[in-house]
Amino acid sequence: MALLEIRDVTRRFGDFVAVDGVSLSIGAGEFFTLLGPSGCGKTTLLRMIAGFDQPDAGSIVIDGKDMVGVPPEDRNVHTVFQSYALFPHMTVEQNVSFPLRMSKVPQTELGPRVREALEDVSLLGMEKRYPNELSGGQRQRVALARALINRPKLLLLDEPLAALDAKLKERMQLELITLQKEVGVTFIYVTHDQEEALALSHRIAVMNKGQVEQLDEPAKIYGFPKNRFVADFIGECNLLDCSVSAVADGTMFLDVEQLGRVTAIGANGTASGTKGALALRPEKVSIARELAPDACANRFNGHVFDYLYTGDVTLYIVEVENGRRVEVMLPNNAVGRSSKFFEPGDAVQIGWREDAGSFLPD
Amino acid sequence: MSPRAQKWLISGPPLGYLLVFFAIPTFIMVLASFRYVGELGGLAPLVGSGTPDELAGLTLESYQRFFEDTIYLELFLKSFLYATVTTLLCLAVAYPLALMIARSDKRWRELLVLLVILPFWSNFLIRVYAWMIILGPQSGFARAVNGVLGTFGAEPIPLLFSPIAVIIGLVYVHLPFMVLPLYVNLEKHDPALLDAAQDLGAKAWQRFWRVTFPLSLPGVYAGAALVFIPALGIFAIPDILGGTDGILIGNVIKQQFLDARDWPFGSVLSMVLTVLAIGFAGLAAWVARRQRL
Repeated sequence: MALLEIRDVTRRFGDFVAVDGVSLSIGAGEFFTLLGPSGCGKTTLLRMIAGFDQPDAGSIVIDGKDMVGVPPEDRNVHTVFQSYALFPHMTVEQNVSFPLRMSKVPQTELGPRVREALEDVSLLGMEKRYPNELSGGQRQRVALARALINRPKLLLLDEPLAALDAKLKERMQLELITLQKEVGVTFIYVTHDQEEALALSHRIAVMNKGQVEQLDEPAKIYGFPKNRFVADFIGECNLLDCSVSAVADGTMFLDVEQLGRVTAIGANGTASGTKGALALRPEKVSIARELAPDACANRFNGHVFDYLYTGDVTLYIVEVENGRRVEVMLPNNAVGRSSKFFEPGDAVQIGWREDAGSFLPD
Repeated sequence: MSPRAQKWLISGPPLGYLLVFFAIPTFIMVLASFRYVGELGGLAPLVGSGTPDELAGLTLESYQRFFEDTIYLELFLKSFLYATVTTLLCLAVAYPLALMIARSDKRWRELLVLLVILPFWSNFLIRVYAWMIILGPQSGFARAVNGVLGTFGAEPIPLLFSPIAVIIGLVYVHLPFMVLPLYVNLEKHDPALLDAAQDLGAKAWQRFWRVTFPLSLPGVYAGAALVFIPALGIFAIPDILGGTDGILIGNVIKQQFLDARDWPFGSVLSMVLTVLAIGFAGLAAWVARRQRL
């Protein structure tokens, strides 16, 4: 049985529906992420799981018990807040032992358990420091140790890495994965950072306007977005408006505006005439001065319109003959000193395989 | 202009003000406490004219007098007690009030703070005289209190010209000085800390005693100093509300200067009061620093 069952939960603030009939089932030991833009309802949902807010409709069941009306202090759920919310007047030791003292754990047990908790987050030796004497990453760890010390059923993390710089963020992501494996506590992670979500999660629920748009593993979310919103929100994506002109043997022929005829695999019941978009990741598009004729089924001539150099890869914007601009990503793996392969204005060919894109009906 | 000159330009005027109106008067008072009383009151000359039996120069006479008669130490003790009770009562009344204002809707906060300082807009003495009427034997308030006491079979008590009246007056006058620093402190508290405490299992009273109260201690110390120190030296309220037995050390100092015209002895009492006040302020600051607030 699932550890957390969210059934048809709705929360309104006046006329605004923050969470709109969301149902989720999260298993024990899972690293689950709620991903979405700000205002999508992910934080409201998190606050309802923690008990700070109550649903207007639906139920939240933790470990088989309905949580409606149970205050946060009586739920076996802890939260790591975005601001960490460490108590500034307490040392690291006092902060971390706070949940134990609240649940009347005997004084003699505190020391060893605090040590153990600090060991989990590699903060031994920091016991006597105050939060304002710690770096951002260290505060983050104290918040984690404090929230995990009495092994809650669920740990909720509200954008916990948002305040850290890029390098530290990456390191903390790795540590979070390890920590979650070690302690075996179910993590529910809220973020608007899609890279973070893809890197950390077992499963992701992509939320928009209070609803779950897609619930899947990271690779499925990225590789096979279900609709325009998910395709656009997760990573870079070409969304080419098109309509299905013919379907045969699991192959679709799409008429893409300002581009031309494209073949794609995966008809699964799509009727010809259906309007939609072809979602095409930039890294799945090939680019060359001249592509080998049998390299890909879909090939178009064009020229480089502009490019964005980001170090490891360069994103080329290619304008094809009919006027459509397509983003193409190319790793900068050239030997030697040349930083990029093409200059704006260069005539190029772009192409992709039949199974490279996915058709998203409107 | 050099940064040094700028610094002096900014801090010079207030420093000059403090020098002229605090440091120099304090020095004059210290000196006065070692001088003789003049023939017609006030101070005897510092340098004598040489006539026999003339009192001039410096003496420890006034200090001797202070330590010989225990009545003055008793009065200091009594004033200390009144100031302590006033401070504690102010804290007890002001804390819930300040917390209520700090946690109320942002739109109302400024109005509520305004209401707290509203009494300052009318004259201090008028407000204290108003208490004379409220506490007077013919007032509805006094009759109601004594009516309640009567139903329990107790003798009626006079409210006015009693320690109760003095304490009521002291608490009433000093209350805003406790509310304001507490409010300023409580208003800054990050609400996420209370959420975190609740999330980690703290009940409402634990959240107050473990988080809100310790974090508000700087406000408590500031308010306590602002109430305790003036309450220690006040003379107007015991004068008006305290009756003949109600005098505090402030009244004696006033009497020495204005009625007895014994300036050296008045200065001695003032000195002791100032030293005590500085001592308490220093103690409060030391405690606050020790707790890393």
